Amino acid sequence: MNVPTIVTPELQKRFHVPGRIAALAGGLLLAASAYLPWAYDGDALDNMAFLGGPSTLQFLGALLGLLLAVSAGMAWVEPWADRKGILPRLLMVSRRAGWTRGTKALGVGLLGFIAVVLIAIALELGGLVTIEYGGWVALAGALLGFVGSRLLTPGRAPSLEKVKTPAWLEIVSIAVLLLVALLLAAYALNQNDGGTFLSILAFIGALVAFILRVGAGGWLSAAGQRHRNVLVFSSFAVAFLFPFTQNGSDANMSIATQVLIFAATAVGLNIVVGLAGLLDLGYIAFLGAGAFTAATMSQSAFATIGWKPPFIVVMLIAGLVSATLGLIIGSPTLRVSGDYLAIVTLAFGEIFRISMSNLDGSDGPDLVHGSSGIPAIPNLNLFGFDFGKVHTVLGIPLGRFSNYFFLMLLIMALIVLVFTRLNHSRIGRGWVAIREDEKAAEAMGVNVFGLKLLAFAGGAFLAGLAGAVKAHVDQSVTPDQYIFLESAFLLAAVVLGGMGTVMGVLLGAALLKLVPEKLRFVNEYRMLIFGLLMVLMMRFRPEGMIPNQRRVLEFHSDDEELVEEIEEDLPYEFAEEH
Amino acid sequence: MSSQTPTVASTESRHVGKEEILAARSVTMRFGGLVAVDNVDFTVHSGEIVGLIGPNGAGKTTFFNCLTGLYKPTSGEVRFSGQVLPPKPRSVVVAGMARTFQNIRLFPNMTALENVMVGRYCRTSAMALTSILRGPKYRREEEATRARAVELLDYVGMKGQGGHLARNLPYGDQRRLEIARALATDPKLLLLDEPTAGMNPQETRQAEELIFKIRDSGLAIVVIEHDMRFIFNLCDRVLCLVRGKTLIEGTAAEVQSDPRVIEAYIGSPDSDDEASGSDVATEGEAGNA
Ligand SMILES: Nc1ncnc2c1ncn2[C@@H]1O[C@H](COP(=O)(O)OP(=O)(O)O)[C@@H](O)[C@H]1O
Ligand SMILES: [Mg+2]
Repeated sequence: MNVPTIVTPELQKRFHVPGRIAALAGGLLLAASAYLPWAYDGDALDNMAFLGGPSTLQFLGALLGLLLAVSAGMAWVEPWADRKGILPRLLMVSRRAGWTRGTKALGVGLLGFIAVVLIAIALELGGLVTIEYGGWVALAGALLGFVGSRLLTPGRAPSLEKVKTPAWLEIVSIAVLLLVALLLAAYALNQNDGGTFLSILAFIGALVAFILRVGAGGWLSAAGQRHRNVLVFSSFAVAFLFPFTQNGSDANMSIATQVLIFAATAVGLNIVVGLAGLLDLGYIAFLGAGAFTAATMSQSAFATIGWKPPFIVVMLIAGLVSATLGLIIGSPTLRVSGDYLAIVTLAFGEIFRISMSNLDGSDGPDLVHGSSGIPAIPNLNLFGFDFGKVHTVLGIPLGRFSNYFFLMLLIMALIVLVFTRLNHSRIGRGWVAIREDEKAAEAMGVNVFGLKLLAFAGGAFLAGLAGAVKAHVDQSVTPDQYIFLESAFLLAAVVLGGMGTVMGVLLGAALLKLVPEKLRFVNEYRMLIFGLLMVLMMRFRPEGMIPNQRRVLEFHSDDEELVEEIEEDLPYEFAEEH
Repeated sequence: MSSQTPTVASTESRHVGKEEILAARSVTMRFGGLVAVDNVDFTVHSGEIVGLIGPNGAGKTTFFNCLTGLYKPTSGEVRFSGQVLPPKPRSVVVAGMARTFQNIRLFPNMTALENVMVGRYCRTSAMALTSILRGPKYRREEEATRARAVELLDYVGMKGQGGHLARNLPYGDQRRLEIARALATDPKLLLLDEPTAGMNPQETRQAEELIFKIRDSGLAIVVIEHDMRFIFNLCDRVLCLVRGKTLIEGTAAEVQSDPRVIEAYIGSPDSDDEASGSDVATEGEAGNA
């Protein structure tokens, strides 16, 4: 990234001590301001009008402020590391952290957080005058912290991942982090106020940026590598716990289930785009094919197929129908390269939607009742478990959407399993080779066409499975749910999140689906905002938020330093011995 | 790496099988009006080393591409172990013919080890379901693939380098890695396109030693080279192409002493300095022999 630098290295050399003091003072000032009123009226955000009692958001701000102060002050504490005792030993670890880098990141994040909060107050109450003096103090603190952190010299690169930590500590850290993530997500989702929701997002953003820049991200990912199973298992456990935090609220669970369906589909698409490197602009059609298949075989009075097999069978059939469509589209087109495939899949998505609209009895056989689709799809009943009923577990009511949430979680687990196992296998190696140099891969005996077709049809199969569930969640299936825009959003989730990684796509999908649901403002301008977001990402971080290492290399092939760094970080499975 | 010094004597004492492994009959390749390969006949017996020489633009690489299925020859046929090969690179590799490229074509963002493991692709069988379920058979195959790749890296003299990205390797290692990747496909015939091009003298010597070692393991090899000393030391037979046509084919000694070969190199308008340079070296060598 080459953002123009206003603060030159010479300036940093001269002013790094005052800078450090400023950052420290700014952080403390901000923390103190949490006890002052930020807004004139309690209606803005989560009631910040009190003197002496911080609201949750103010508390979060104070937390960031303290963190900034500590991070900036570490440079003065570190010399203690040379003495004997427990504390100095802990400090030795801190020497491996990139405190200055973290301070800089937090300086930006903190300013962003305060800006979001203040703008939200002003918008919600009507004008900047509604901001109380505490708000201005907070802004002053944030500005001071920001300017101070800019003046620091960049300092050493973090090497926390080299710290030897006991296994229990790593496992506990992973679990705690995921639990915190769960609580934050639950808290954010429960906010009906757009400003509060956005402020919490800004808080999370600032915190994550700090953690990554300090180097704890490296340590965490190393720990995650070492305890892969723990990480995967506890991620799913945390996701499984999510409905229990919602107290039976259907509104949030409905969103969460939609997010999960979207995310599962996006991970499926990531097999095609991220792993095999095929640009598919009509992926939503495979989700649609699954949904229509399941709808026509459902118990709905409008279903057109008389055969009603159990849902497991329906789901398999839905997957197979999608996969067959994938084979039909893929066989002739995968032999030609790149752009042609994008155009053909784009057209295929439209052909699918229009075909469905025409299967209405007048233009074609009455299979799906044309554009009105198949309504009144009843809830699933799997092995006597009624998805339409509220089940109370441990005193917590779990409604209809929670039930589907659990089902989707299982399908998500399946898709993630397929993704990761294929990625790290003979087939995954073949896909990388094809992405790197298709001709050479072919000349080395890699079955290029077969592997592309496998990704294409396999991805379609997984989308078909998700579609079958979606039909029951939505209770009706119509062609206009499967427009090109949805394909574009799926692709955006993959590209924004990170091609070739599960985590990235989950994040991308959650952001793309969640933010518009929670913010009406964003929903109105979502095309504009996402367009802008895409342009910015392509300019500054084309590999996505949580990228696949190899993708980073592909996008930054000229950055020698980065290449060396990544080579050192390559996961163990690429090394010779293990 | 073995440090035996190659000699002409060792070439002659080697057992060369009678069995025809590769037979190309009147292969012609046209690009529009240009006839890049013109009616070339070419045979390789099992265990034999054949050199392919000729000035730049003579059609050597194009001929390789015809043999390995990258190009479909305009006319003529290529038989491998008696079978006519379909002009598909993959079938050619599966049949047992592997190649390297004149301009290195590794997978740059894969590690050295992964590059070699990709070479094992056509000799392994794990498909989607097996890879997802990861039964004992799958694990065994992956283990074997990895072990073979490590062994091959060791064989070409890159022990311990497996974790480096291919793009970060020194030039000489990249060429060696390409050979290791080709060997990973368990070929019966190895086609090397200018394996020492662009190398410094030390790297060139190491590459030559490696090729001698592969020769001694009994693989049939066809090698394109401009270094005549190397070609005449190594090869049982030499084919000289000029403007797509066979100029002469014979034993190293026959080709070496043929005045037309020297003339082709010096007299050819599109031969470059490197080619004529090595040609001068040849004259010196010829005088010594
Ligand atoms: N794909 C192609 N299209 C058109 N002309 C080609 C192509 N490949 C090679 N040629 C031409 O064929 C001739 C032989 O090239 P090449 O086989 O690369 O020579 P060599 O390897 O002997 O130096 C050259 O004149 C070259 O320009
Ligand atoms: Mg050539």
